[in-house]
Amino acid sequence: MNTQIFGVIAMYIVTLALAIPLGKYIGKIYPGERTWPDRLFNPIDRLFYRLSGIKTEKEMNWKQHLSALLTINVIWFIFSMLILMNMSWLPLNPDGNPSMSADLAFNTTVSFVSNTNLQHYSGETGVSYLGQLVLMLFQFISAGAGMAACAVVFHAMRERTTEKLGNFYVFFVRSCTRVLLPLSVVVAILLVFNGSPMTFKGKDSFISLQGDTVHVSRGPAAAMIAIKQLGTNGGGFFGANSAQPMENPNYFTNMVEDISIVIIPMAMVFALGQFLKRKRFSWVVFGVMTAGFLFFLIPSIYFEMKGNPAIGHLGVTQLAGSMEGKEVRFGPAASAYWGITTTVTSNGSVNAMQDSATPLSGMFALWGMMINSFYGGVGVGFLNFYIFIIIAVFISGLMVGRTPEFLGKKIEAKEMKIATIIALLHTLLILSFTALSSYLYAHDPKTYAGWLNNPGYHGFSEMLYEYTSSSANNGSGFEGLGDGVPFWNITCGFVMLLSRFLPIIGPVAIAGILAKKKYVPESAGTLKTDTGTFGIMTFAVIIIVAALSFFPALALGPIAEFFSLK
Amino acid sequence: MSNHNKANKLFEPALVKQALKQSFVKLDPVILFRNPVMFTVEIGTAIMLGVCIWIMTGEKNQGSLVYNIVIFSILFITLLFANFAEAIAEARGKAQADSLRKTREDTPAKKVFAVGEIYVGEVKVVPSSQLRKGDVFIAEAGDTIPMDGEIIEGLATIDESAITGESAPVIRESGGDKSSVTGGTKVLSDKIKVKVTTEPGESFLDKMIALVEGASRQKTPNEIALTILLAGFTIIFVIVCVTLKPFGDYANTPINIAAFISLFVCLIPTTIGGLLSAIGIAGMDRALRANVITKSGKAVETAGDLDTLLLDKTGTITIGNRKATHFWPAEGVDEKEFIEACVLSSLADETPEGKSILELANVKGMPAASANGAKFIKFTAETRCSGIDISDRKIRKGAFDAIRNMVVKAGHTFPVGTERKVKEIASDGGTPLAVSQNGNALGVIELQDIIKPGIQERFERLRKMGVKTVMVTGDNPLTAKYIAEKAGVDDFIAEAKPEDKMNYIRKEQQGGKLVAMMGDGTNDAPALAQADVGVAMNSGTQAAKEAGNMVDLDNDPTKLIEIVEIGKQLLMTRGTLTTFSIANDVAKYFAIVPALFMASVPGLRALNIMNLNSPESAILSAVIFNAIIIPLLIPLALKGIAYKPIGASALLRRNLLIYGLGGVIVPFIGIKLIDLIVSLWF
Repeated sequence: MNTQIFGVIAMYIVTLALAIPLGKYIGKIYPGERTWPDRLFNPIDRLFYRLSGIKTEKEMNWKQHLSALLTINVIWFIFSMLILMNMSWLPLNPDGNPSMSADLAFNTTVSFVSNTNLQHYSGETGVSYLGQLVLMLFQFISAGAGMAACAVVFHAMRERTTEKLGNFYVFFVRSCTRVLLPLSVVVAILLVFNGSPMTFKGKDSFISLQGDTVHVSRGPAAAMIAIKQLGTNGGGFFGANSAQPMENPNYFTNMVEDISIVIIPMAMVFALGQFLKRKRFSWVVFGVMTAGFLFFLIPSIYFEMKGNPAIGHLGVTQLAGSMEGKEVRFGPAASAYWGITTTVTSNGSVNAMQDSATPLSGMFALWGMMINSFYGGVGVGFLNFYIFIIIAVFISGLMVGRTPEFLGKKIEAKEMKIATIIALLHTLLILSFTALSSYLYAHDPKTYAGWLNNPGYHGFSEMLYEYTSSSANNGSGFEGLGDGVPFWNITCGFVMLLSRFLPIIGPVAIAGILAKKKYVPESAGTLKTDTGTFGIMTFAVIIIVAALSFFPALALGPIAEFFSLK
Repeated sequence: MSNHNKANKLFEPALVKQALKQSFVKLDPVILFRNPVMFTVEIGTAIMLGVCIWIMTGEKNQGSLVYNIVIFSILFITLLFANFAEAIAEARGKAQADSLRKTREDTPAKKVFAVGEIYVGEVKVVPSSQLRKGDVFIAEAGDTIPMDGEIIEGLATIDESAITGESAPVIRESGGDKSSVTGGTKVLSDKIKVKVTTEPGESFLDKMIALVEGASRQKTPNEIALTILLAGFTIIFVIVCVTLKPFGDYANTPINIAAFISLFVCLIPTTIGGLLSAIGIAGMDRALRANVITKSGKAVETAGDLDTLLLDKTGTITIGNRKATHFWPAEGVDEKEFIEACVLSSLADETPEGKSILELANVKGMPAASANGAKFIKFTAETRCSGIDISDRKIRKGAFDAIRNMVVKAGHTFPVGTERKVKEIASDGGTPLAVSQNGNALGVIELQDIIKPGIQERFERLRKMGVKTVMVTGDNPLTAKYIAEKAGVDDFIAEAKPEDKMNYIRKEQQGGKLVAMMGDGTNDAPALAQADVGVAMNSGTQAAKEAGNMVDLDNDPTKLIEIVEIGKQLLMTRGTLTTFSIANDVAKYFAIVPALFMASVPGLRALNIMNLNSPESAILSAVIFNAIIIPLLIPLALKGIAYKPIGASALLRRNLLIYGLGGVIVPFIGIKLIDLIVSLWF
């Protein structure tokens, strides 16, 4: 038991120890400061710029940034549709997997473009290796795009009064070549040495002890696993994701993969401090995020290690804790740790069944996605947090008797309008679609009987989880839900698209508008945002805005289930 | 701060009666639409009324009729409470306005009729409403001044207590910066000829009354931003409540309409929504009680954000004006001769300094000389000296370097002893005035300032608020520095010309700072207009009053400091009540959510941490708490949160503790207490 907890603590400490220097490095690459690997990366970047005709010196305003982001996403979207719908006859298909139907290709593409990776196919049978490579490309692209958008906001926060906020393509290329790619190479090599497959050969086979011939899927898995973890994508190579032994062979790879989930989101916070030269501010942000993370993590580990009371009532001792849906090689603590890290960061990969977690662990996973900014997705996690900062600055600015200012810029009606809409969006999407599915199920349980394996509170949690996961661009699922039907495909796709791009557009727009405003120098009357008090304020705003609005829904799902299990 | 003839009690019976009536008038949805939070409450109330009627016609699933009627009544009362808050704030403003308007009753005016271009003094009494801009009237002792204007001839003592509440009479005279008179004030002595400067209905007082009555009150930018945020919260809770219906269907939990509406009304920020406009009105009202009229609510808000205050030395930092304290004749000049020259040079000098020279000479036994046939030389910014040409004597008095230049130009040398004296006076914080005759230096007059007691502490307080103080003075840099250090201002502008103020303001504004200044003269007008907050003195010229966005009726230059605090209080009151209102939701959730689901999901009884009696009593208690917290907070909204200059972070910590943590805890206690009573019936 103590070893389990020790393992979890060690994982966190290693993540933090790596994230701080990584953050400093990321904070230097966006403004173009010199870093030691420049000699290696400069020629690579220049090659990309020349190939695609990018003029690196051309600075963009926030609207140009957004149109660049949206344009490239549309182009890749079409490209992905073409590949996924034609991969049966395209090369790199040793297992002879079929092409996707249009609706499945659409769903899959939306899911990968939006960094969600909600997979309605199984990797072993649903895609060719070319398809996997295309999806892998998206895992770089969507993560890189999120980081680039975050860099635009960093840039805007640093400037005194300007419209010029750097070049989007430069931010994007640098995110991919200097952060995601090298880290992925390191992680993939670690995985390969521990047994993850990395090959273009088709299925292998062996004869089992019973004499059956067993076919084992393989492929270029290690590379994809690395980026799915690092880019908070979460879409696994194999259907069972990181619970599958080839995707996550042992406790060591589990640590590597779990560290990979949080390292970049955490590093982005330190990158902020480096970029703005405001170390204290980044520590306050980090403090708030960590407080929220621990608030979810500690009870979750406690409940998973304590075991399921319903099984306890049967007289079964649960020395190992709650093991339903968990891998023996990881144990409940490491599974709970993964469960929380993967949901707070919008990653969505799993090493155990979220569906089988004890009710309150399920609730904390849901809450993590509802808030979606305790570390959050790569780049976008901070963007979500930024909205909460704006609201917190506004209220606390008033409380000290000054027109609210954030980093020397006044926050006025226009910014509040955008921040309010973005803060609303998540609640709106999750609650209204869960309400729609609840309504349909409640009024015609026969027609929709296939949806829910577990009616009752748990079934409600499954529906709530599906939309929360889509809206948070997370991609994990409470797998009890029968989601492979048009209703879920269409509604989830809609939710994923809206909740990916609007929360990027909002913060970039606010930051862009603020950057253009006149700079107000600090005085003794100015509210400082790099203090513990402001951190508490931000935390309170997050809890009240993002957490309390889901309280009735959570009461009917996991909380009701928790109390009924006693 | 003078608080004469102002209603100081928060709830005067007469005002309360008027406000109660208004509370009903304001139920009009068209009026209420401006306030999205309370408007949705009104919709909820209307729905509850419908539900009550529905039950009367036989509906069985919506709970008992009594329960529904009680919910409806509480919501209705919530609306009335919110309207009452706004109405009482307005009523207090109106009471103020009415007392001002009494002075506006049509007064007889002695209009002077022009024949051609020359006023021949033909005077006819006409009602003041017939006076037009440009007309001229005469006011004598005992007359009430019928209209705002500028004195073109004469001098009079005037009782301005009608608008300032200050009973000491003031002197107004033609020429200079004290030439304006305000309609409604009373002439106590002498006779003045006044030119009307405003059209009827647009006079200063008219504008003021309109403002106080809220006729032209517009939402300030900050209020708009807050309304957006509050509307956002309201929409979130609309979503929460609407989606709860299908959730309830799924969980086989029937939720009646009363419960939905109650949950919704409790969750949306009704407390701040109900008090928001009262806070804004009260802010202007507080300014008015400090005898400052603000032309817009925005100006009061801006005052809270000020970074830099430009303060005139005279009257703000020092008591009154500099006074002559010594005559220092040059070597070899007879003291009597010197004093005589000083007196002659000051005969036409209307500045307080000039007058003080005559006073001092009088004390020294030098009677006022006559100056028949003399030519007076006026002070100009270029020559920086004034004087008199009498027979063959050309006497000049002015700044040391101006006089020295004159002496040197005339081919003489400036006496070393006098020059030393000049420096001595300046380094002691005094002002030296050199005097010359026909290009010969005669000596120097010493003028001294007296710094107001307690002013250092006020500047220290401003510094803690983050406001920088800048002293503006016509003194030379040495004197200015001495006084600046002694008074504790952060910066000073010495030998200031009107455009220096302007340049300083521009420079600060370019650095992103908000600047306030106070002024009275016409030459201050451009700077008053440029400043973010320009406070004109009521005694100042019409141009100054029009250029500024506030007018101080007391003519008290230290008023700027109070204005800053009033602005900060306004914003703080909004912020803290918003925090309080939203923090209340935690307890309300814990009251209502278990109440909704307790029957069908017995496990959720565990969430009933307040141990409320029944679902009905829980919902009623939450709604009642939500309603009564509004009137309980009205005094706070009207008086404002006390501002303490302890630094922004400490202030946030303090307010977060009181209104944030307090906002979480208070409703738990309040709802539980109310439940103890409500549980007797439900």
